[in-house]
Amino acid sequence: MTAFGRKDAFVMKFRFFALCLALFCASFGVAHAQQGPLRIEITEGVIEPLPFAVPSFQPESAEAGQMAANLAQVVAQDLIGTGLFREIPASAFISTVSDFNAPVQYADWKAINAQALVTGAVNVQGNSLTVKFRLYDVFSGAELGSGLQFTGTADGWRRMAHKVADAVYSRITGEGPYFDSRVVYVSETGPKDARAKRLAIMDYDGANVQYLTDSSAIVLAPRFSPSGDRVLYTSYESGFPRIYVLDIGSVQRRVLESADGTMSFAPRFSPSGQTVVFSLTQGGNTDIYTMDIASGASTRLTNTPAIETAPSYSPDGGRIVFESDRSGTQQLYVMSASGGEAQRISFGEGRYGTPVWSPRGDLVAFTKQNKGRFHIGVMRLDGSEERLLTASFLDEGPTWAPNGRVIMFARETQGEGGSSTLYSVDISGRNLRPVQTPQGGSDPSWSPLQK
Amino acid sequence: MKRILTSTILMAVLALTACTNPGRFGAGGDGAGANAPLGAAGGIIPGSANDPSSTAYFQQAVGDRVLFPVDQATLTPEGRATLDGQAGWLTNNTDYTAVIEGHADEQGTREYNLALGARRANAAQEYLISKGVPSNRLRVVSYGKERPIEICSNEACYAKNRRAVTVLAGGLSS
Repeated sequence: MTAFGRKDAFVMKFRFFALCLALFCASFGVAHAQQGPLRIEITEGVIEPLPFAVPSFQPESAEAGQMAANLAQVVAQDLIGTGLFREIPASAFISTVSDFNAPVQYADWKAINAQALVTGAVNVQGNSLTVKFRLYDVFSGAELGSGLQFTGTADGWRRMAHKVADAVYSRITGEGPYFDSRVVYVSETGPKDARAKRLAIMDYDGANVQYLTDSSAIVLAPRFSPSGDRVLYTSYESGFPRIYVLDIGSVQRRVLESADGTMSFAPRFSPSGQTVVFSLTQGGNTDIYTMDIASGASTRLTNTPAIETAPSYSPDGGRIVFESDRSGTQQLYVMSASGGEAQRISFGEGRYGTPVWSPRGDLVAFTKQNKGRFHIGVMRLDGSEERLLTASFLDEGPTWAPNGRVIMFARETQGEGGSSTLYSVDISGRNLRPVQTPQGGSDPSWSPLQK
Repeated sequence: MKRILTSTILMAVLALTACTNPGRFGAGGDGAGANAPLGAAGGIIPGSANDPSSTAYFQQAVGDRVLFPVDQATLTPEGRATLDGQAGWLTNNTDYTAVIEGHADEQGTREYNLALGARRANAAQEYLISKGVPSNRLRVVSYGKERPIEICSNEACYAKNRRAVTVLAGGLSS
């Protein structure tokens, strides 16, 4: 990725304005204002989506025509999908962009209330794809940040679109990017009593689905490695639940050895990618263990007659959040990554399970059961500020977007015809929406941002 | 003549067994025993539910499953009675091993239900061992909520799904 155009002076200026705006927001709770520079401050308040325009990108080579339109469309879909942006349709445009380097006619975009304008140019040579873009703050009459250029493959054009959208999203919201990411999940078909499950991987928006296993054995809960190149999951292919590690590039898998007569499941990588934390059941009792992937050496972290499962590391690798029914019902606990005394952090009504530490380290997402309903929620690590984001017959298995702003989970519907669908929701509880997959889906795991 | 007939039926049963993959999670009934004794003629069709040494008999007459209350892995009096029958049958039919499958209803998270199903399977296993079944003939596995037999979303179905099922496996000497 290369930057071009005026930048340093502008960045300084932008930071100053952002600071002023932050103060302004703190005082008045206004999400974004036309008087200041372009900025969405994501607060708990209701946000009016910010109107933007993405005219079709400019083809700079003969082969780039269709690609230019497709790229602009995916950029727009990414932004709209956040619930924070609203696209102004091309039919409303007064001026067209026919030259990526020509000055922008701000008045024409102001007139249709486009607060942000994204322009782009595309060059395709064989399977080589170059995408340039600029973001304009229409009401300030200035470019927001400097233009960027991405180079990739024509086959991977959607990633280029996601990178453009990520840059636009980050500049306007101040949040980290997340569109250029993937999700591994369990693809489901068939009725509840004969459900066929297989591992699948897709782009975060449901595009480019590929299957990683067949459905000959039950597979559960895939989890990405911190570098996004491997997946841990549980499979019944031996007749008993065992943990496997699968290389996404080669689709080769190997079992993590465990003693005969035991069951192992609920694995997750440590932030180093070298250790797995998981549940192991022996004699009907389930405890939490870690295993060094290279040597296979395992260490027991909990030792109680209660069910201890669903462990998840803190981003610094120093602590583990997990669920235990040692109090009589499922609750959330935090312990050192080397085991020892655990602190209970959930104290609300109902039962809490499947805790997942946010990539920012500030929150835990969880599944809550209360009064016959399931919820996805978040709380701080001390258990304060619990916030339920969803409610349904059965929601479970949250996973964090790489920027810690969005959560994906699975929702199973009730009754004989019930099926499972992936959903995403903002951590504010807004923007609940299904993720399109070819079949049913469950147990999503969001990858880190792609490199 | 009678002997030829018996053999023919036995061969048919064996052939059927060979080509059928018994529904491991189903209500049972189609799994014919591979070890039906040759001498069990006289009105009893070997491998059928009225052959006391058949898998079908175990499933239907003895009862291959015990049920559990919500969130519990403690055996009920009915469950213990069923397991008494299973222990007796396994004691008399030493060629069989068994896998005890623990299951949960859909109300619960996937991981917790796996662990809960393991508790249930283990409770059944420990009871059978306490009644004299050698531990090396019993294995346990949990399916959590992955394999319900009833698919409605109310207690009538949930009650049948919270179960530990003793699934007979091929005889030791076969």
